[in-house]
Amino acid sequence: MIPAGFDYHAPRSVADAVKLLGELGPEAKLLAGGHSLLPMMKLRFAEPGHLVDLGRIAELRGISQSGNEIRIGAMTTEHELLNSKLLAEKVPLLVEGAGWIADPQVRYKGTIGGDISHGDPANDQPALMIALDASFVLAGPKGERVVKADGYFLGLYSTQLAEDEILTQIRIPVPPAGSGWSYHKLKRKTGDFATAATAVMLQMKGKQVAKVAIALTNAGPTVLKARDAEAYLTGKAIDDASLNEAARLAMSICQPTPDQRGDEEYKRAMCGEMTRRALQAAHARAKG
Amino acid sequence: MGDMSDVKEREDKLQGMGTSLLRKEDARFIRGQGSYVDDIKLPGMLFGAIVRSPFAHARIKGIDKAKALACPGVVAVLTADDLKPVNLHWMPTLGGDVQAVLADKKVCFQYQEVAMVLASDRYAAYDGAGLVEVDYEELPAIVDPKKSMAPDAPIIREDIEDKKEVGHGPRTHPNHIFTWEAGDKAAADAAFKSAEVTVREEILNPRVHPCPLETCGCVASFDKATGYLTVYMTSQAPHLVRTVLAMLSGIAESKIRVVGGDIGGGFGNKVPVYPGYVVAIVASIVTGVPIKWIESRIDNISTTGFARDYHGVGELAADKDGRIKGLRFTALADHGAFNSHVSATKFPAGLFSICTGSYAIPNAYARVDAVYTNKAPGGVAYRCSLRVTEAIYLIERMMDVLALKLGLDKAEIRRRNFVKSEQFPYTTAFGWTLDSGAYHTALDKVLKAVDYEGLRKEQAQKRADPKSPTLMGIGISTFTEIVGAGPTKVCDILGVGLFDSCEIRVHPTGGVIARLGTMSQGQGHATTYAQIIATELGLPASDIVVEEGDTDKAPYGAGTWGSRSTPVSGAATAMAARKIKEKAKKIAAHLLEVSEGDLEWEIDRFKVKGDPSQAKTMKEICMVAHTGNLPAGMEQGLNAVTYYDPPNLTFPFGAYLCVVDVDKFTGEVKVRRFYALDDCGTRINPMIIEGQIHGGLTEAFAVAMGQQIPFDENGNHLGNSLMDYFLPTAVETPKWETDHTVTQCPHHPLGAKGVAESPHVGGIPCFSNAVIDAFAHLGVTHMDMPHSAWRVWQQCSALGVNKR
Amino acid sequence: MATAKKVSFKLNGKPVEVTVEPRELLIHTLREKLAHTGPHIGCETSHCGACTVDLNEMSVKACTVLTVQCDGAEMTTVEGMEQGGALHALQQAFHEEHGLQCGYCTPGMITRAYRLLKENPNPSEQDIRSGISGNLCRCTGYQNIVKAVQSAAKKLAAA
Repeated sequence: MIPAGFDYHAPRSVADAVKLLGELGPEAKLLAGGHSLLPMMKLRFAEPGHLVDLGRIAELRGISQSGNEIRIGAMTTEHELLNSKLLAEKVPLLVEGAGWIADPQVRYKGTIGGDISHGDPANDQPALMIALDASFVLAGPKGERVVKADGYFLGLYSTQLAEDEILTQIRIPVPPAGSGWSYHKLKRKTGDFATAATAVMLQMKGKQVAKVAIALTNAGPTVLKARDAEAYLTGKAIDDASLNEAARLAMSICQPTPDQRGDEEYKRAMCGEMTRRALQAAHARAKG
Repeated sequence: MGDMSDVKEREDKLQGMGTSLLRKEDARFIRGQGSYVDDIKLPGMLFGAIVRSPFAHARIKGIDKAKALACPGVVAVLTADDLKPVNLHWMPTLGGDVQAVLADKKVCFQYQEVAMVLASDRYAAYDGAGLVEVDYEELPAIVDPKKSMAPDAPIIREDIEDKKEVGHGPRTHPNHIFTWEAGDKAAADAAFKSAEVTVREEILNPRVHPCPLETCGCVASFDKATGYLTVYMTSQAPHLVRTVLAMLSGIAESKIRVVGGDIGGGFGNKVPVYPGYVVAIVASIVTGVPIKWIESRIDNISTTGFARDYHGVGELAADKDGRIKGLRFTALADHGAFNSHVSATKFPAGLFSICTGSYAIPNAYARVDAVYTNKAPGGVAYRCSLRVTEAIYLIERMMDVLALKLGLDKAEIRRRNFVKSEQFPYTTAFGWTLDSGAYHTALDKVLKAVDYEGLRKEQAQKRADPKSPTLMGIGISTFTEIVGAGPTKVCDILGVGLFDSCEIRVHPTGGVIARLGTMSQGQGHATTYAQIIATELGLPASDIVVEEGDTDKAPYGAGTWGSRSTPVSGAATAMAARKIKEKAKKIAAHLLEVSEGDLEWEIDRFKVKGDPSQAKTMKEICMVAHTGNLPAGMEQGLNAVTYYDPPNLTFPFGAYLCVVDVDKFTGEVKVRRFYALDDCGTRINPMIIEGQIHGGLTEAFAVAMGQQIPFDENGNHLGNSLMDYFLPTAVETPKWETDHTVTQCPHHPLGAKGVAESPHVGGIPCFSNAVIDAFAHLGVTHMDMPHSAWRVWQQCSALGVNKR
Repeated sequence: MATAKKVSFKLNGKPVEVTVEPRELLIHTLREKLAHTGPHIGCETSHCGACTVDLNEMSVKACTVLTVQCDGAEMTTVEGMEQGGALHALQQAFHEEHGLQCGYCTPGMITRAYRLLKENPNPSEQDIRSGISGNLCRCTGYQNIVKAVQSAAKKLAAA
């Protein structure tokens, strides 16, 4: 349970952090909350020569609203998300989702940026980000760029973040009033990763779906957006038949990895079940 | 004068038997000042880290220590070759086998110990362990015990290939360990032949692990100058370990001291002698400095004493009214690569023959075939007497199976077969004499408390409604445990009888110190034994200090496992206290100038019959006992020691009921209610008893609902960390409702039976029965544990109940 | 291996200074360099919570924090709960409600409950159960721990 040796750096600004990454090269890894990286290092599944700790960079924290957009510093912890009055009012999906992540101690350290950047399909933030149509601000040696969440996640431990870049901010368009939302997560016990989980954002127009976003956690090598299910549901009423079909369409894109949580068949079925329940819950919350 | 309020006040002051006395142990624990083995630091201490095999079955072609030795901070690297000069590369196990301390020539289970790196601190030791290079040649592994005895099965134990027996009778195959039988096969077979109804079920008790929160470890310190070995150790049985170490090391037992300090949970996991301890001891002897070895959690789950892994077949024969005429229970036991099962010599399959349970079954036969596989060695009793969980799980499951076959209510079938109160003491078909019981009373009390009829009505309604999203199950378990090992004529480990002891010294000013041969790992002995002495001697519990665990100080005992502390050491405590009281009575008679027959005891003093103003308190007598004012010929002091050889084991029992709701679409099982009634005879500290019940039920819940040690076909672990090994949090853990009856033990000086393991033994089949009952109306007779959501969902799907 | 660093922080109100490799885990520094063996080690995968300390007003698992990250921090362990010879309400409540048996999870549990009650001085039973879901216990079944936290909450609210 002892990591291999490394050098430690604690820059005080994003600019310094980017500079360090450039100097140290591929042997450097960013340290955010540390609760994905340090456990891997303790088992020696990762042995970076340098850790660049983002914990002393004040500009990476904070939750605020700018126009119709919520902006969250990448080093904001899950605990801070959970307790944010602004988010509870404007983006309740994020509050619900953060509450399902790990346990109270991990939430005090785990960051939204870390959970997004790690590229682990079992992490919960990616599905929440996709459902919220979020964008990410990436800072690199050549400056900043903004990338949409949809398309950011490429594969197992692989995202659009370049080796010399840092995710600095998450931007979320404020969901329209009357939106329905839900994150349904099936797990073996509190604190476990998802056996299957689905994030839904939903807008109704009368009895029909005007817009819906469905994103699946831990159903493949990376987070999955259930586009076929979304397309199918748009314009339809939410009832048993449409829920069945939406679930079936979500299940059809799953490539779950069998492990102690379940085999492919179970995980796929649970993806369908979580999708159905998330849609039902979002529907119950939606007004419009 | 003894008016009632004065008497009560004096009794309350003692805080003796029956009081929910707050624990004396707490003071240090709530301040974080416990002394667990990893808290110990000795001057010059080195840290040992074990190098383990990545393969389940492989030959060792060579070990290269060079890189490890060059690592900063590394002092030495020990392998089997370094242990050979002291003949300690192999050691005898508590199961009559031998076990490799450090692997020589081959490894037989994944994570088996191959080398130990000694370094100046734990970081360097860990670094060094990663640098030891071992050249392995992989061999095919046996993971399924059903394949162990195939004619072409690879031979696991080449070291004993030619041995015709391994401690327990003839072997029929190199991977066979023993076959054990009990009961009367002919009579049982005859009963089955003539029976109106028979049922048969294949029932698995999966491999699980006790997983106490503190892992195993030791600090071994050999003093070259004095030749004295001290080992601080996570051990539930310090004296037995000291004796074993003397046998192994050749050091005189009088120069070995084993110290069990504070232990962070045992549950059976801390009874065996593990290779890590032995290597640390040898390392200390060789280097002359203290050596600390603390295992990791993954090491703990992967290599230390697992539990269960019994592949059973249960058969019952009955008449059409459900009265059982015959029982045949057999099991294939997977002991892993070495038989290190903690077992009394005469009982290689432990106390499995308690499997007639709470029922009067006239004809019974049991058989266990034990085999080797390429898995960790063991198993231990996980919060139960040896193999009792396996036995009680089988009988309680089979009662439900029989009920289903006959269309009888699951409570009713139990009533019809219970040993009746007037039949006690009752000798079972396997020869155990159940000391006392009141099974009907216990069950009826529970059924009334939960409104059983109402629950069955609700279940019937839910079953009739195809739209119900959940399936409701009701589980019953009416178990009898067998604890308090045990009478030395039947119970010994490596020849040492399973008696236990208590030594009491009373001081002139009325303080008391008592030392015992048992070993608490959280059960509250310092409080409970003080309460026994307080009531026996009339001295306040607050003045009574209780110590265990230091073999230099404590009288010999077999330690704490199998719920034996109250039955054996508790009895020794009462007997020792009574010796002191007898002497005190003589002194009182002398002081009051009356004969002993003129005295009567009241709470805390001897009074003269008919003249209560004439009295001497025990406190006064304590001082007098240290003066010259004693009866002629009497020695000073108020001390006694008792070694108690119990006349029988004890048989606590209980009735549990569990209500579950199964989500058809996810397989999740929600425990709606759990009602647990326990009868452990005399109750010494009700608060501590309740705490033990909560803990045992929670461990039962974990076992039934999610624990397992899974392997792939090459013997690789698939889930050996807390990521996957199911330890429930406060969120999953149900709320427990506890109740009790009191049926005293007729042969125990206090009438007490022991209780802490009952909830585990009785709880597991209760949960299992509840889950299976949820499917019973659909023809399901059995489902193997663990009842994880995934597995339960598979059952739902197979039955087609979750189609949308 | 890598350059050792001097780290200073306040531990239970007292300033301390240690020199550590960057890879040294806070739990090891506390237990082995600073003689605070209250927080315990129960696993190596950050699950059990036996190592929980209060760091800058957060409950954290000391096994998943590097000591070098703690420069300038304010840290409380179970050893700091007793003040001026008086037990904290939580320590007293754990004792009165029989919320401990082997004592191994107790330091982490009490330290976590301390922060939990600061987050939420009037928690429901469900709040408490999920609030301590990062702390495993094998002995008590949690029921009396919940009662202990409820009892302490009442006493602290009344004070």
